[in-house]
Formats: sequence, C-alpha cells, structure tokens
Amino acid sequence: MLRRTLLGAAATTLALSTGAFAQDEPTKVGFVYVGPVGDGGWTYEHEQGRLAVEEAFGDQVETVFQESVPEGADAERVMTQMALSGADLIFTTSFGYMDPTINVAQKFPDVKFEHATGYKTADNVANYSARFYEGRMVQGHIAGKMTETNKIGYIASFPIPEVIRGINASFLAAKAVNPDVEFNVVWAFTWFDPAKESDAARALIEQGADVILQHTDSTAPQAAAADAGDVITFGQASDMSEYAPMPRVSSIIDNWGPYYVERVGQVMEGTWEPHSIWYGIDEGMVKIGEISDAVPEEVKAEALAMRDAIAAGELHPFTGPINRQDGTEWLAEGETADDGTLLGMDFYVEGLTGDIPN
Amino acid sequence: MISLVRRPQPSRVWAWATPILAVLLTVIAGSLMFAALGKDPVAAIRTIFYDPLFDPQFAGYSRPQLLVKAGPLILIATGLALGFKAGVWNIGAEGQYIMGAIAGAAAGLALYPIEATFIFPLMVIAGALGGWIWAMIPAILKTRFNTNEILVSLLLVYVAENLLASVAVGALRNPEGGGFPGSRNLAQWASSANAELIADTGLHWGVVAAIIAVIFAYVLLHRHLTGVHIRLAGQAPRAARFAGVNPNRLVVFCFAISGALAGLAGIFEVTGPAGQISIDFNVGYGFTAIIVAFLGRLHPVGILLAGLLMALTYIGGELASFMLGIPAAAIQAFQGMLLFFLLAVDVLTHYSIRLGSKRLA
Repeated sequence: MLRRTLLGAAATTLALSTGAFAQDEPTKVGFVYVGPVGDGGWTYEHEQGRLAVEEAFGDQVETVFQESVPEGADAERVMTQMALSGADLIFTTSFGYMDPTINVAQKFPDVKFEHATGYKTADNVANYSARFYEGRMVQGHIAGKMTETNKIGYIASFPIPEVIRGINASFLAAKAVNPDVEFNVVWAFTWFDPAKESDAARALIEQGADVILQHTDSTAPQAAAADAGDVITFGQASDMSEYAPMPRVSSIIDNWGPYYVERVGQVMEGTWEPHSIWYGIDEGMVKIGEISDAVPEEVKAEALAMRDAIAAGELHPFTGPINRQDGTEWLAEGETADDGTLLGMDFYVEGLTGDIPN
Repeated sequence: MISLVRRPQPSRVWAWATPILAVLLTVIAGSLMFAALGKDPVAAIRTIFYDPLFDPQFAGYSRPQLLVKAGPLILIATGLALGFKAGVWNIGAEGQYIMGAIAGAAAGLALYPIEATFIFPLMVIAGALGGWIWAMIPAILKTRFNTNEILVSLLLVYVAENLLASVAVGALRNPEGGGFPGSRNLAQWASSANAELIADTGLHWGVVAAIIAVIFAYVLLHRHLTGVHIRLAGQAPRAARFAGVNPNRLVVFCFAISGALAGLAGIFEVTGPAGQISIDFNVGYGFTAIIVAFLGRLHPVGILLAGLLMALTYIGGELASFMLGIPAAAIQAFQGMLLFFLLAVDVLTHYSIRLGSKRLA
C-alpha cells in the first residue's frame, strides 16, 4: 500500500516535472506575419487567431508577433530570433516563409513550427491551409445570379494554384446558374497594394463588370465599387463588413483561431505531431460572411444550402463533367477532383477566356 | 534672434560630428515616441542598440547577421555615393539589384543540375552585367535625350519588380515546386551556393565584395584623377567642364559602377541569404542604401560604418518589435528619424549659428 502510494507519488512528481514547463513558465508562441496587423484582410485574421490563443489559455501562454516581415532572409532571421527568445511554437503565416521555416526548424529541433499554405513538412514542421475554393463556389453562385451585365471582374494576385483554383471554382458555380456569364481576370501581381487593386477594380467596372471578385487583401476594390454605385463585391480573407450591405454582399473569412488554440494546447500537453492539413467549411476554417439584404432572399437561401451541402460533404465544387480550357476532359461525369490535382492546379476550366500568365 | 551665416567652406568638424549628433537626436526623439506608445523607452533603445551586440541570448546569432544585412547596403551605397558626389542621381538601385539577381540566377539555372566550380563566378559576372545593363538605360537616355535620370531610374524599379514577379511564376519557376512561385533554391545547390566562408560569422562573398568595393572607392576618390573629376563635377560643374571633364562620360561611368555593384548585391543575396528568386525577393536594400550613402557622408569609410549602424537598427528593431510589442511602423519611423535628423543638422556643416540680430551697416 505504502509502496504503491510512493510509486504513485513518484509518478505524479515525474508527470509534474515534465508538465511543469507548462505550469511554471508559460508556453511561448510566436507568430510571423507578412503584412501589418491592421491590413483588414489576411494578416488581420491571423492576428485574430493569436488573440484567440491568448483568450483561451490566459496566463499559461505568452504570445509574441512580428508584422510586415519580408519573405526570404529577413523571415529566417526573425524566426531564429524568436526561437532564441524561447518560443516553443512558431506559426509562420505566408507561403513565402516555407524554405526559411524549414531551415530554421533544422537548427531548433525542440521548437515546433507551423507553416501556412505550403507543402513541406519535417519532424518539427507542420503545414496547414484552408480550402478557400469551397467559399469561392458559394461566391460564384451569388455572383452568377446577381450579375445583370453578365460580366464578372476578378482581381487575381499571382498565378499560383490557390488563386487559379479560386477562379475556376467561382466560374463553374456562376456558369452553372448563368450560362452567359463571362469572367474578366486581371492579374495584379501583388497580395496587398490598395492603389493597384483600386485601379484594377475601376478598370473592370469601366469594362462593364457589375460584380467584382478579389483575391487580394485590401478593401480598396470595395471602396472603388462603392464609388461606382451598382456593383457588388465580396470580402476577402476578412469579413470587410464595413462595406456591407452594399457593395459587399458576403465574404470568405479565414478563421484560424480554433486551429491555433488546438495546436497550442497540443504543445502544452506534449501531444503535438507534425501533419499536413487542409481544412474547409466543414472544420470551420473557412467561413461564409453574412449574406446581406442586397441579395434576394431565394439566392441567399440557395447559397446557404450550398454552404451546408459542402460542409456535409454532399457537394464538391469540382464535380464532373468538367473540361479543361483547351477542351480536353478533366473530370468525367460525377467524378470529383482529387487533392493532388487541386493543389497543383495550373489550368483554367473550359469557358474561361484569356491565358494564365506564364 | 538666431541667424544662420553661410560658412565660406563646409566645416570639416561638423561634417563628422553631424552623424553622431543625428544618432543622439534620433535616440532622444525615438525614446519620446516609444514612451508615448506606452513602452519603456530605455528598454526599447537598449533592445535596438545593445541586445543584438551584447545580449548573451541573441548576440551569438545577431552579430554575424549584422554583416549579412549590412553587406548589400554597403555594396550598393558605395556605388551610389560615387554618383551622388558627382551630382548624378541613381535612385533606381533597387531595380538594378533585382535585375542582377534575375540575370545571375538565370545564368546559373540554365546549367542546372551540373556541378562545376565555374558556375558561381559565371553567375556573379552575369549578376553584375544585369545590374549594369539596367543602369545603362537611364544613363543613355540622360546623355542622348537629356531625360531626367532620377525619374527614369526610379520608374525602372517598378518595371524590374514586375519582371521579377513574372519570372518567379514563369521562366525561372522551380519545375519541382508543385506550381508554386519561386525558383529552385540556389543556396542548396552546391555549384551556386554563396555559403558562409567561415562558419557562424555571416561572412559570405557579398560581404567580401562590399569591403573590396569600399577600398576601391576610397582609392578612386582620393588617389585617382577620376575621383578628382567626380568631386569637381559635383561641387562646381562649370569648373569641371573647363577642367576637361566630359559630363556625359561621367554620367555613364557613375551609373555603370553603381548599377554593377547593385547587381552584385542582388546575385550574392539570391545565392546566399535569400536562396531563391521569389515574388517578393527585393526588400528595399536599394532604397535604404540611399540613406546609408548620405548617413556615411558619401565617404566610403563612413558608408561602411553607416551600413553597420543601419543593419543594427533593423535587427535590433525586429527584436524590439516582438520582445516589447512595438509596432513595425514605429520602428520604421525610428529609422526615418535618423535620416530626418541627419539632413536637419546637416545645416551646421554649411552654416554657422550666430546669436543676436544681424544688422546692415
């Protein structure tokens, strides 16, 4: 009896001493951001995730962040300094941080790293991304129903798979409800440049577009659409609700908080493992912002039903028959796209005009 | 009344004292700003200037990083200073830096995956040529059509940025990168890697090139006829003409040197610290180098020190930013103050201050 108690006590002490880290010293979590925390889009939402971590764990966690970190050598230095300052877990929240993250992770095997939107992992590096294209389908549906000129302008950032996927997903959904719809894609070659985004939006509106979709992070296109009057837009990365109910009629919101809380908790418990995840509407990483009153009731209902069907796994944005732009078959009747093809998507679907810059 | 009286000759004492005074004023004004943001100003200043150099937790890593960050700044600023001294304004070093990186990386990647010792030198030469060619556009437009070199060189930066984005997703994209933008990692390919020459010192070929450039510029400016021409053209253009200085040749010369050095900085960066051509490869070295050139009084040795100081504010600024939660914008404002105060106190070099009103006799 005594012996068992002693053993039990020893086990408890052991558990405490390994777990003591989490209790005496707070777990330190670092965040590396590509933009300013006040960008109103991509970085803003990651910052909301950091605040969610602080709220969930209180004194048990200490978070630090560095904003506007250029991708490349500077990112590597910031991560290294964070690791040196005692961070236990570091989230690196831009695609361009991939190689720096891997390099720094090699030097700090005891520090865990989480890289957003890339494809490399290591023993202490996980990667995570969201299925934004699911939200794009809902957006495309509303856009196809709402357009009167049948011209939809699309401000694209860079010709990378994520962006091309978004164009294809929204186009297919718009085309399904409006066979006459045309997409006019402008490549801005930037993620965040209010002046450039505003110019692109104005040019598209002048060419007759009455719906503007954007894959850039500022609210400048919303402002341009508000000036023009009868044009609708969708919030990107963040809700951008300050432009609701018009021109912003809905949005795709990146919701990182729950994932960040989950992973920080796992580091505290010592159960963190590297993985590669791609969460969508179902897991709550992609959210559809409130659909405003500018959208007719029935369209709104259809959009919400679509969202729920995607979440339930009953509906896939890429379901055959779908041909590539050149007319060759991509997906046969009823076939759905596999993640591998989606992750490397470098082609337009049939019906889209123009070329992907290369 | 306080009045300013123009000195017959710029004060030599003040020419060297003003940078120090500017740093002191920046520290004071910066402290006030940090205090206004609710941060401990002493801790902030210590984190920016002291911790990267002496804090046991960070210094081992930060000190070598100082060279990594200062290397391209010094290399570019040295070239720019030659032109600025002669009144030739190359504001587009950022574009020449990008073109150097693209040209050099392209030359190397064309030979991938051969392993050979000639590849790295070839890339370095291609990099210098890339920067040189980009600088020749404003130079020749200036000498042939008398266009404004400030405007042309600056606008070519944006052209270069778009070219960079285009090759990062197109011509130079890593074919094994799953369709994502960015070239192969040049730092991980033995033939092109610009690795540290001595482990954990931060010393790579770009830093060596920067030191050579400083020595070369010093000799050129102070021991060579071209240097005399450069200084004369800047201080007294008419006199320079009488002395037989060909202004067009000087414009081409200054742009050629500064373009080639910026191109070198680009290729050393892309093969070393940055590793790959990516959409956002350039981070403003070409523009910051203008500050460094003036902070260093357009003097090669001054530029060496100014480059190290600027690098310190970057590295220390990052530390202060995440250790103390100071917004990145406040750090940038702090760096901006440095140039502001430098220009403001520069007046002391050219003017002396007299107390009491000056009367006409």
